[in-house]
Amino acid sequence: MVNLGDFFYTLGMWLQGLLMRAGLNESAARGAFSALVAALLPLIALLTAVPLIWLERKWIARLQDRMGPNRVGPFGLLQVFADMVKIFTKEDITPLGADRVVFALAPVLAVAGVVGLWAVIPFAANAFGVDLNVGVLYLVAAGTLSTLAIMLAGWSANNKYALLGAFRTVAQMISYEVPLVLSLLVPVLLSGSLGLNGIVAAQREVWFVFSAPLAALLFLIASQAEVSRAPFDLLEAESEIVAGFNIEYSGMKFGFFFVGEFLHSFTMGLLGATLFLGGWTGPGVETYPALGAVYIILKGTFVYFLFVWARATFPRIRIDQMLDFNWKLLTPLGLFLIPLLAVVNRGLSESSVWLRNAALLGANVLLAALVLTILGMRGRSARMRAASNATPAPAALRR
Amino acid sequence: MTIAQVIFVVISAVVLVSAVLVVVSRNIVHAALWLILSLFGVAALFAVLEAGFMAVVQVVIYVGAIATLIIFAIMLTRREMREPGQQTHRWWPLPALLAMALFAGLAWLLGSLPGTGAAPPALAGEDPVLLLGQALLSPEQYMLPFEVASVLLLAALVGAIVIAGDSR
Amino acid sequence: MVPLSWYLIVAAALFCLGLYGVLARRNSVAILMGIELMLNAVNLNLVAFWRYLEPARMSGQVFAVMVFAVAAAEAAVGLALIISLYRLKRTVVADEADLLRG
Repeated sequence: MVNLGDFFYTLGMWLQGLLMRAGLNESAARGAFSALVAALLPLIALLTAVPLIWLERKWIARLQDRMGPNRVGPFGLLQVFADMVKIFTKEDITPLGADRVVFALAPVLAVAGVVGLWAVIPFAANAFGVDLNVGVLYLVAAGTLSTLAIMLAGWSANNKYALLGAFRTVAQMISYEVPLVLSLLVPVLLSGSLGLNGIVAAQREVWFVFSAPLAALLFLIASQAEVSRAPFDLLEAESEIVAGFNIEYSGMKFGFFFVGEFLHSFTMGLLGATLFLGGWTGPGVETYPALGAVYIILKGTFVYFLFVWARATFPRIRIDQMLDFNWKLLTPLGLFLIPLLAVVNRGLSESSVWLRNAALLGANVLLAALVLTILGMRGRSARMRAASNATPAPAALRR
Repeated sequence: MTIAQVIFVVISAVVLVSAVLVVVSRNIVHAALWLILSLFGVAALFAVLEAGFMAVVQVVIYVGAIATLIIFAIMLTRREMREPGQQTHRWWPLPALLAMALFAGLAWLLGSLPGTGAAPPALAGEDPVLLLGQALLSPEQYMLPFEVASVLLLAALVGAIVIAGDSR
Repeated sequence: MVPLSWYLIVAAALFCLGLYGVLARRNSVAILMGIELMLNAVNLNLVAFWRYLEPARMSGQVFAVMVFAVAAAEAAVGLALIISLYRLKRTVVADEADLLRG
């Protein structure tokens, strides 16, 4: 039954009907429609980068008490287009001794890995590229492409700073993939589905950010590291390794990495909204499914704002802090969280939704309190040690 | 040929051509990149076989983990990789002959095998991922091998750190 | 329709290419890559057999999952060995690791 409020479904049916009237049989029409979606979705994804860049620059400027872009067009809205003109007309340099093919391939892979994620995000009840039954795993698989792209960029440029940046990439992105996957497993566990549509459907009553806030936090931190933005931007720390993996890139090839990074951050926001904030669900979507697209974009922009906020607020962490934070805090936390939630979820599977979710929230709070206590104790003992080491020094000075 | 056959032939050609380039490339990083393409092709074949889980896991494990490890090892031992040099040893025709003989034998064997021309039966209604999960974790099926595999992975993890870690 | 034998032929070719890589290459990382190709050929066979012969029972996929686990373990330990060999002898060429040769 075609619901007239379901804009995307109706649009799709209408297009397929049009193609069939144009003389195609049904399977060919469906194939042509799929090809059209496959062509349009990446285009839309890439076009969103334009307002995103402006939005992020304005936000960062506000957070840092600046004006941000305000010269080109009203509110600096046309700044991005001016930048595009600049970047398109720049000289495209390939350094001497670089591996030309790999050097050109890396930026493409960087964007492809991000755009690939859009294939499985459900934008409304009937608007998604494809409903994979292994959607969450697909996200992890597509994410590996961007790691690969940065490694290849660093290696092919024939520059030691670029290579150092690539080494840091492996250390950072591979490590943070572990808590990211662990945090992705929690919605899978709670919804009993590996597909993103199933996960959204399971959040009709309670969003997973309420039943598993720790997992949402893990996702937020790990995806910030995965996108490698401040405070996790060590792979392009300009004060240490000049610009890291993309030092030798110029012109549009650099633009690819730039756009890829912004888009990756927003895509992670959309994923966070899908996995933890209920995706396209919201008041009124039952009657007007097209509202779902508005909801998910609003929610995704909110999560994206959290990323930008963190980026504007925190200073860059050192590489040893980055690894310690991951392996000594985030990964063990994720490893404890999953069995805990699994036991609670299973034990209360017969009881009412509200009781179960309250118990899940309680388990989360308990675990968070435990972790904070342990961290506090460790911090206190470290301070005590530092203090007992430091006390002799003034005495020696006085003498 | 039907569309399915064309798709199969294209993917297989990608897999095999890049596999050839893996074993003949002089530049070891290029060999690793061709390996990635070849493994992607195998993932695509899994997808054609309606084993979506295997396809995605293939990409996660091979492209995400193993290929990254390989490229990382290449970068760590970079001085060696810089000089292209002779990549195959003196007796390389011997293994080539052996491989070709093996392939001829296998092809002949496959040709004489009955029942390999049949169409695949329809998939059961149940989600293969669900079935796989139940098979891996139910005690009467494959739970013990599954647990043993996890112990193996743990042992490999510890072993790799002990072997490659700085012993100071 | 693609018959089962096509998959088996592709897997056999992949296996033989991997075998050639393992036996002919000097660089130990390249040898490892050959092993990966061979393991993939096996996996392709297992999944094809699952699809064509026993789609109701998951044995083929379960075996392939086991191969994944073993391949990951093998790659980790193998590359660790190569890196430690490189530290000791400044080489990754398999022929030059000949301490045990009499």
